Amino acid sequence: MERIPILRMRDLLLVTIQVDMHDRLAMTLQDDLTSAITKYSSRGVLIDISSLAIVDSFIGRMLANISAMAQVLDAKTVVVGMQPSVAITLVELGMSLQGVRTALNVDKGMELLRSILGEPPADDDTPDAGSQE
Amino acid sequence: MDQGIANEARLIGEVIDRNKPRLIDEWVAELTAYIRPQRGLSDNDLREQCAEFLQLLREAMGRGDLRNPSGAGWESVEDFVANLSRTRSQQGFSPTETAVFVFGLKKPLFRMLMEHGNTSPNLNHQIVLTSEFLDKLGLMTTECYQKAREEVISRQQQEMLELSTPVVKLWHGILALPLIGTLDSERTQIVMEQLLQRIVETGSDVAIIDITGVPTVDTLVAQHLLKTVTAARLMGADCIISGIRPQIAQTIVHLGVALGDVTTKSSLADAFAIALARRNYVISKRNATAQPAPNGASQH
Repeated sequence: MERIPILRMRDLLLVTIQVDMHDRLAMTLQDDLTSAITKYSSRGVLIDISSLAIVDSFIGRMLANISAMAQVLDAKTVVVGMQPSVAITLVELGMSLQGVRTALNVDKGMELLRSILGEPPADDDTPDAGSQE
Repeated sequence: MDQGIANEARLIGEVIDRNKPRLIDEWVAELTAYIRPQRGLSDNDLREQCAEFLQLLREAMGRGDLRNPSGAGWESVEDFVANLSRTRSQQGFSPTETAVFVFGLKKPLFRMLMEHGNTSPNLNHQIVLTSEFLDKLGLMTTECYQKAREEVISRQQQEMLELSTPVVKLWHGILALPLIGTLDSERTQIVMEQLLQRIVETGSDVAIIDITGVPTVDTLVAQHLLKTVTAARLMGADCIISGIRPQIAQTIVHLGVALGDVTTKSSLADAFAIALARRNYVISKRNATAQPAPNGASQH
C-alpha cells in the first residue's frame, strides 16, 4: 500500500506530502506519524505541503487533527509551504486551522520550530502572531 | 398561410428590387437627418452599408420567414446588424443613431409599397408584415448596442480591479497592500489572490493591509478582511491591518465584529515599525547611535 514517508532528523520528524491526498492515505499518515512520535520521542513535526494542490475539508481537518495529536504527545507541529489556492479554499470552507503553526517554507518552518523548542516552557504560545512582541 | 406569407415576401422583394437606387437615396436622406455630422460618417459609407444590408436582406428573404427575423435563414442579416451596432457603439454613436439605421428604412419602403400597392389587394398586410419585421430587427440593433456597451463596462471594471490592488514590497520580507475603494467579494478574491501570490514569490512573512482608502467598513468588509488575514496566516505569513480611522474603529466595535488576534494599528508607519521589529530590524537616528535605541517602535 502506498505510504507517505516520515523522515527523522534528530528529534524532529519531517513529512513531505508530494502526492494527492486521499482519505485512506491521510488516515495512514495519522497512524504512522503518531507511532513515529512515540517511537523516536520526537519533539517537533514539520509537514511540508508545498506540492499539495487540492484540499477538501477532510484533509483540512486531518492537518488540524495531526497537530492536536502531536500536541498531546508533546510535539510541536509546523505546517509549511501552503499554496495560495489551498489557503483560499480552506478559508472558504471555514477552516482557519486555529492552533496550527504555519511557515512559508521548510527553512522558515525549521527556524520557527527551533525557536519554539528553544524556549523551555512553550506550552500555550500563540501560533506565530505576536511571538516577537 | 405560409404560402401567403411567401407570396407577400416575393411582392415586397420585387418592390425593393425595382426601386433600389431611389430607396437607398431616400433611406440615406432619412439617416443623415438623425446621425449628427460630427460622427464622421460620410454619405458614401452610409450608402455602402445600406446597399449591403439590402443585398443581404434580399438574399435572406428567399430563405427565411419574414415573421421571424431571428430564425433560420436570417443569419447573415443578423450578423450584419449585430456588427453594425457593435461598431457604432464603439464609435460613440447614441442608441437613436444606431437604431435609426433599421427604422429609417421604414418610411421610404412603405412609400414605395404604397405606390406599388395600387395593384396589390394586400397592401395593408404587406405593410404590417414589413413593419413587424423591421421592428424586430430594430430591437436587435438596440440589444447588440447595449451588449457592446456592457462589454466595455465590464472590461473597464476588470481593469480597475487590477489597477487598484498593487502589492508593494516595503522591506525584505515585508509587503504592504494599500486598499483603495470599497471591498466587495469579487475584489476581495482578487486582492487575496494577489497578496498570497506575492507572499509566495517574495517569501515575505509580514504583510500590512492598509485600509486608509476604504471609505466604509461594514460586517461584510470586515469578514472579507479577516478571510484574507486567515489565508495569509495559513501560508505562514503574519498580517497587520493598519490605517483604521477613528470612525471605522467605532463602527467595528458597534457592529460587534471580532477582529480576534489580528494586530491592528492606526497608521501605516506604526504597522511598519511593528513589522520591522518582528523581523528584528531596528530604526535609529544616525546622530543618536550613542544612545541605545532598543526598539524602532519607540518613535511615534
